[in-house]
Amino acid sequence: MKKIKRFGLLALLALLLAFPQLFPDPAVTSIAIFALLYAGAATAWNLFSGYTGYISLGSAVFYGVGGYALALLCKGWNIQGGYVPFLLLPLVGLIASVFAIPLGWIALRSSRHVFVVITIAMFNIIQLLAYNLPGITNGSAGMFLPTPPWDAAFFNTPFYYVSLIVLLFSIGVSWWVRNSKYGLGLLAIRDDEDRALGLGVKTGPFKLVAYVISAFFIGMIGALIAYFIGSLYPPFAFTSVFDINVALMAFLGGIGTLVGPIVGAFLLEPLTQYITVQLQVVGLDQILFGSLMLAVILLLPEGIVPTLRRRWVKWTASRSATSPVAGIRGKGQALLVKGGREGKR
Amino acid sequence: MTLIIEAVVLGILTGSVYALMASGLTLIFGVMDIINIAQGILVILGAYLSYTLEKYLHIDIILGLLVTIPALFLLGMGIEWAFMRRIKRDRVMISILVTFAVALVIEGLLNFTFTANYVQLQAPYIDAAIPVFGFYLPYIYVFAFILSGVLLTLLYFLVYRTKFGFGLRASMQDRTAAALIGIDVERVQTITFGIGVALAAAGGMVFGATNPFNAASWGDLISRLLVIIVLGGMGSLRGALFASFAMLVISDVIDVVWSPIWASTVFFALLIVLLLFRPQGFFGRIEGRKQ
Repeated sequence: MKKIKRFGLLALLALLLAFPQLFPDPAVTSIAIFALLYAGAATAWNLFSGYTGYISLGSAVFYGVGGYALALLCKGWNIQGGYVPFLLLPLVGLIASVFAIPLGWIALRSSRHVFVVITIAMFNIIQLLAYNLPGITNGSAGMFLPTPPWDAAFFNTPFYYVSLIVLLFSIGVSWWVRNSKYGLGLLAIRDDEDRALGLGVKTGPFKLVAYVISAFFIGMIGALIAYFIGSLYPPFAFTSVFDINVALMAFLGGIGTLVGPIVGAFLLEPLTQYITVQLQVVGLDQILFGSLMLAVILLLPEGIVPTLRRRWVKWTASRSATSPVAGIRGKGQALLVKGGREGKR
Repeated sequence: MTLIIEAVVLGILTGSVYALMASGLTLIFGVMDIINIAQGILVILGAYLSYTLEKYLHIDIILGLLVTIPALFLLGMGIEWAFMRRIKRDRVMISILVTFAVALVIEGLLNFTFTANYVQLQAPYIDAAIPVFGFYLPYIYVFAFILSGVLLTLLYFLVYRTKFGFGLRASMQDRTAAALIGIDVERVQTITFGIGVALAAAGGMVFGATNPFNAASWGDLISRLLVIIVLGGMGSLRGALFASFAMLVISDVIDVVWSPIWASTVFFALLIVLLLFRPQGFFGRIEGRKQ
C-alpha cells in the first residue's frame, strides 16, 4: 500500500515536471500555471483557515500586497524583466508577512464568527488604500511590471517551473505543520479553543504564526501572478474573487486535509479559466460558479478527499468481511474514521 | 458649518435606511446563527424590482413596495427552505459560503437580465427638494426616514409584543430550550429569514433612489452592513440601530470636512479601533462557553 502511494506520487511529480514538454501550447500552459499557483494559494489558505477553523475571506490583501511589493521593488532597484524578479519572491513573501503581523494581531482578538467579518472589512480598507494612496500605488491608473525578454513559445516555461517550486514548497510547509506538534496545537484550537488553552496551547501566538506563514505564500503567489500578467490595478490586485475562490477550492477538496485544497484547485481553476475565456455571456460565469458552489457545499459538505477516503475504508472493510479477523479490523477502522469526523466541528 | 449640519442631517436620514437593512441581517444572525452575505444582493434585487415596476408598469416606487416587500418575503422563505435548512453542522461558517453562493447566482442573473450599466430609480420627489437650515434636502430622504421609522416600529412590535416575537426571542436565547417549551423553531426560522429579506426590499428602494447602482454594488454595501452589525454587537437590534446612525453620520461628516475618498476607509478603520477595546461590539454580550 505504502509502495503504491510512493510510486503514484513520483509518477505525478514526473508528469508535472514534463507537462510543458508534453503540452507546449501556451494556452494550455497558462491554465496550468494558474492551476499550480491557485493550488499553492489554497494550500497556504488551508494552513491557517483549515487547520485553525478561523475562516479568512480577506486573503486577497496579501495577494495584492505581494503584487505591489514586487512592482515597487522592481521600480525602486531598476530591475529589468528576466529571472531576477523570481529571486525577489522570498523577499516579497517576507514583506507580506510583515503586513500580516498587525492585521492578524487585531483580527485574531475576536471570536471566529467576527473574524470572518473583520477579514472582509480589512480587505475593503486595503483595496481602498490602493486607490487612495496614488503616491505609492499610482491609484486607479495602475502599475506595470517589467516584461521578460522571452519569446512567445518560451515565455510560459520559466513561470511554470517557478510556480511548481512555490507549490511544492507550500505543500512541504503544510505537510510539516500538519505532522508537527505545532500543527497539533492548531487542530486543537479548531476543535475546542478554550480546552486547548487550558491544556497549555498558546492559542494567540499559534494562530498568529499560522496567519503569517499563510500570508508569506499568498504574497509570493500574488507577486508571481502580477509578474505573469504584467500589470496591477487595485480592483484586480485586491479582488474578492481570489478570497472566495481559494476558500471554495479548500472546501471542495476537503478543508483541513493536506491534499484536499490541491485537488480542489486542480478541478476548479482550469474550469474557471475555461469559463471566463470561452463563455463571454455576461453573468453566466457567476451563475455557474455560484450553483456549483451551492451543490458542493450542500451535497459534499466534507469535501471530495475525506468522502472518498471514507468510501474507500468502507469498501475495503466490506470486501474483507469474509474473514472474521479482517472484518473486525475493518469495522474498527470505520469507527476510527467516524470518530475522527465527529470530533470536528 | 452649513455643510456639517447638512452632513449630520443626511447621515441621520440615510442611517435609518441602513438600520432597516442591518436589522434584517442581525435578526437572522440572532435567531439562526447565519451571517446572510446575500443581504447585499437582495437589497440590489429589491432596487431592481422597484426599477422594473416603475419603468415598465409605471407604478410609483413607494407604492411598488406593496409588491416588492411580499415578493422578497417569499423569496427569503424559499432560500431558507431550499438551502439554510440543509446546513447541519458548523452553521456560521457554512452559511457564509452558502449565502455567498446564493448572492453570486443572483448577481449573475441580474447582470444577465439588466446588463452591468448603472441605473437609478426615478420619481418626482427624488429630484425635488425643500430648504432646511440653509441647504436643500431632497424629499426622498425625508420619505425614507418616515418609511424606515414605520417599518422599524412594526418590527419592534412584532418582536416584543406578539406571540410570534416571543417565540423568536426564545429561539434567539436557546434553540433547544425553545423547542422544548413547544415553539416550532423551524417555522420561526423560516419566517424570520423571510422578514429579514423583506426588509431588504424597502432598503433597496431607498438605496436605488439615492444611488446609481448595478449588480456589482452589493460588495461595498454588504461590507458596510457587516461592519454595522459587528459594531452593534451581532444579534442585537438596538446595537444595529445605534451603529447605523453613528457610522453614517461619521462617514458623511468626514466626507465633507476631509474628502469623499477617505469616508469609507474611516468607516472600516473605526471598526478596527473599536474591536481593539471592545471585541464584542457596543451592545453584544460576551459569548459564553458553548458545550
